[in-house]
Amino acid sequence: MSNVENWKSLLEGKNADEVVTKALVRDVDLPYGAGTMALITLDNGFDHTKPNTFGPQGLLALDEALDGIAARTDIVAVGLVGKPFIFAVGADLKGAAAVTSREEALAIGALGHHVFRRLGELGVPSFAFVNGAAMGGGLEIALHCVYRTISSGVPAVALPECFLGLVPGWGGTQLLPRLIGPEKALKLIIENPLSQNRMIKGRDAFELGIADAMFEPADFLEESLRWAAQVLRAEVTVERVSHTDADWTPVIDQARTLVDLKLRGASPAPYRALDLVAQARTATRDEGFAAEDEALADLLMGDELRAGLYSFDLVQRRAKRPAGAPDKALAHKVTKVGVVGAGLMASQLALLFARRLEVPVVLTDLDQERLDKGVGYVHAEIGKLQAKGRISSDRANRLKALVTGSLTKDAFADADFVIEAVFEDLKVKQQVFAEVEAVVSETCVLATNTSSLSITEMAAGLRHPERVVGFHFFNPVAVLPLLEIVRGAATDDATLATAFAVAKSLKKSSVLVKDAPAFVVNRLLTRFMGEVIAAVDEGTPVETADHALDGLGLPMTPFALLQLVGPAVALHVAETMHAAFPDRYGVSENLAKLVAAGKPGLYGADFQIDPQARALFEGGSTPSTGDEVRLRALRALAQEIDLMLAEGVVSAAEDIDLCMILGAGWPFHTGGVTPYLDRTGISEEVTGRRFLAPGVASVPAV
Amino acid sequence: MPASREVVFVDGVRTPFGKSGPKGLYAETRADDLVVRVIRELMRRNPNLPPDRVDEVAIAATTQIGDQGLTIGRSAAVLAGLPKSVPGYAIDRMCAGAMTAVTTVAGGISFGAYDVAIAGGVEHMGRHPMGEGVDPNPRFLSEQLVDGSALIMGMTAENLHDRYPTITKDRADAFAVASQEKVAKAYADGRIQPDLVPMATRKAAEGWGLATVDEAPRPGTSMEGLRALKTPFRAHGRVTAGNASGINDGATGCVVAAEEVAAELGLTPKMRLVSYAFAGVDPEVMGVGPIPSTERALRLAGLSIGDIGLFEINEAFAVQVLAFLEHFGIADDDPRVNPYGGAIAFGHPLASSGVRLMTQLAREFAERPDVRYGITTMCVGMGMGGTVIWENLA
Repeated sequence: MSNVENWKSLLEGKNADEVVTKALVRDVDLPYGAGTMALITLDNGFDHTKPNTFGPQGLLALDEALDGIAARTDIVAVGLVGKPFIFAVGADLKGAAAVTSREEALAIGALGHHVFRRLGELGVPSFAFVNGAAMGGGLEIALHCVYRTISSGVPAVALPECFLGLVPGWGGTQLLPRLIGPEKALKLIIENPLSQNRMIKGRDAFELGIADAMFEPADFLEESLRWAAQVLRAEVTVERVSHTDADWTPVIDQARTLVDLKLRGASPAPYRALDLVAQARTATRDEGFAAEDEALADLLMGDELRAGLYSFDLVQRRAKRPAGAPDKALAHKVTKVGVVGAGLMASQLALLFARRLEVPVVLTDLDQERLDKGVGYVHAEIGKLQAKGRISSDRANRLKALVTGSLTKDAFADADFVIEAVFEDLKVKQQVFAEVEAVVSETCVLATNTSSLSITEMAAGLRHPERVVGFHFFNPVAVLPLLEIVRGAATDDATLATAFAVAKSLKKSSVLVKDAPAFVVNRLLTRFMGEVIAAVDEGTPVETADHALDGLGLPMTPFALLQLVGPAVALHVAETMHAAFPDRYGVSENLAKLVAAGKPGLYGADFQIDPQARALFEGGSTPSTGDEVRLRALRALAQEIDLMLAEGVVSAAEDIDLCMILGAGWPFHTGGVTPYLDRTGISEEVTGRRFLAPGVASVPAV
Repeated sequence: MPASREVVFVDGVRTPFGKSGPKGLYAETRADDLVVRVIRELMRRNPNLPPDRVDEVAIAATTQIGDQGLTIGRSAAVLAGLPKSVPGYAIDRMCAGAMTAVTTVAGGISFGAYDVAIAGGVEHMGRHPMGEGVDPNPRFLSEQLVDGSALIMGMTAENLHDRYPTITKDRADAFAVASQEKVAKAYADGRIQPDLVPMATRKAAEGWGLATVDEAPRPGTSMEGLRALKTPFRAHGRVTAGNASGINDGATGCVVAAEEVAAELGLTPKMRLVSYAFAGVDPEVMGVGPIPSTERALRLAGLSIGDIGLFEINEAFAVQVLAFLEHFGIADDDPRVNPYGGAIAFGHPLASSGVRLMTQLAREFAERPDVRYGITTMCVGMGMGGTVIWENLA
């Protein structure tokens, strides 16, 4: 059996739902009498909302098309182009998730290489015409071609594999650094994926040297074909710089430092990618591609990637269709928004609502000076956007005109959605809502940005408690994508539907949460932080405790997070949680002392532990090791999640993970939190069972 | 403001013409994309023309809805990436749309309203079949303002045979065979290709392709072959698919400028506008239209038919060309007439054809510096003719 047959039999039927990207071949008479090109169009038969991907069937279809082309003697070149707006966006991830054995995993890598490399090894030159988004394997297939053109309108070029937990292993780690040099290649392979999966545009890709020529989208293919004809007639020559003589070690080391800083070794993929790039300087194609196959197989059979795919799916799908959200049709139209308060949070909310909803937003405050400051903040931020060229002056005028201030709440009379962002005190908030209800219509939604107070209690005294909903943002409001939407005991479906619709307009991902203390993210982070602080209180050195969880590759250490939140806020939340669950949530006296001392946290301005702050925490006599702190914190999380699921705080563990990814920035390779607890055995140890079935966010048992 | 300025034809291009219908080149290609491609090619071929010096974009289409709607001159200008400061409009005189686009902007240039304009036309007869959406006023027939056959172009051609009994079906067929032969020769000599802009064509089931040559020509067409064709407009009639132009998709465009501005910008004009005229005739014999329009244009220019060294006459129907030739006493096979062949072979995407005639005349002029004057003329539905007389600058 040939290799291809072997791979075919291994992968056949693994993903019956594969959306097959077809390879349509047509002959093109090139301009200037340059001869006939066999032009391959990659097209899965759907519009641009379902981009071209490569699964086994698609790869085999392309292989077959290349068989036909290779057998011909009447063509002078081969071209490769995508469907309108899309070139190709890489491997079929559903197929990757269906792999159950290392043999299959190896076959996926090997089949991809086998097919893609043919484009660079035909008897005639090959041209990729990158007309639209090119990601992952979509960019790699272009790299296998001898020449590339790119449209200046391409919105996204990326190698996002490391973001998910893979490596660009269909040639990307070998071909790209040799084409554009290791430094630029590592930007695409490592740096961008680890920076919230940043993408570059067609113009940037051309400037990096990924494409040999760039043409405007209006007649991109025609001009690309004209250029190809000129290349074939030697009227245009493509200059290539060799990068293999230089010493690659310094740039590889530099990238490794970056990866360490971000991941602290927590996820293997970027490290494998670094090794492969390092190898690319001297490896032959066969050696390099074989090394990529091995890396892909290892990673595909690792739980970090599976958690990454799970996380990607949560963010791409579940976040867009929140579990438990009522029928969209029930939502009220929001044509005006009220914001109670004019502090920093309120001003940030006003800016966000104005930018995204494009409706009038009124801030109210009792104090004219605060009000002026709040409106002034919004106008200044709009001015900054304009100065940066992000918005036109017309749009700036429009947005500024939308945001106004009022000393009295009667300005809310025709508002459809009023959100309060006043001091976290139940009485104050109840009072605010009573005042708002006195002026607004019967259906106006009253939303609260509370992070810990009960929605049900807040609504209790109102004539229409069914209109109150929790709308919990994360700081910074403009950056963090999560909104916890909290249903109180009386909240009705129309209110909830309106809240979800507004969240969507704000471009936030929302999760439906029950009215329970601190909802999801703050409840878990406070529990987690509580254990770490308690360990320090007991005598564990600050550094030991703070770095005990480095192995998870979290965005920041617990005490760095404390610094960001501010000790006073952290203390307040801890007290609230202690009141709710005194058995599990403590209040550190040392933390109270830190607040009293007016310290911004445990770290000083020099990013070292502040000796005075350290002194406040000293005196404990039962220190723990880092390992003990880690286990203690993770066990606490497992216990808390188990309780939250039992209480029905969210509808499933997936929502907990979605919240931790989007609200706390927990990484893809931990799958948020529950896949990590499952794969380390902590879930079973604490609760007697896993949170997710094997295979959901881990390598499935065969 | 200058009272009157000389107007020149700087450069013209077109897409290859396709056959309309589901198997045609452009079956899944938008009409506006054809225009966009033409405009971009004109700008690319004339790098001395700064995009912001284009003062108007006039694009003709007979059916101005869908992808030929939305004021196609303006929308195509925006889609082509011309500066937003460049205005545009849509224009319609059916088959003479592009010709009228040229004469209209020429009038504006002469008056001093514009320095440089782009004029052209498009018709995607596959996406917009002839007569799509029309709603003829019932008075046309109830008051016998026009004959019932006036709106069916093939019938008007049969009517023209009636008016010129000496023009037999054989003469029409012979003219058609010659047209196919002349197109084949012009292609073989490389006269056509330089003014074609290759157009990407995508079909969902086949992927991307590239149109580089006209789809309609049928080299090797014979008298025997033509005799076998049906006469769909009249039993035992004379008009067939073989001695008429087809149903086609395509776009054309040209740069027209004030002569002094062309010189200032360093553009190289190919022809100078001498005169133009349009005329009306009975709609049921619309094919005679070019006769009165040409007589008027000659009169305006102070020229006689003998001064004209080259004729580009649109071959909507062979009979209509032959009627013109017979009227002016020119032989059917006069080498001055359509030397590269005509619409019977190339095809006739209605509103685009006028600029094809001009582009071809310009290339013929370049080959024949000895010829001073040439004519582009065509018949128009609803009983009209249009003629533009040009002076050779080669």
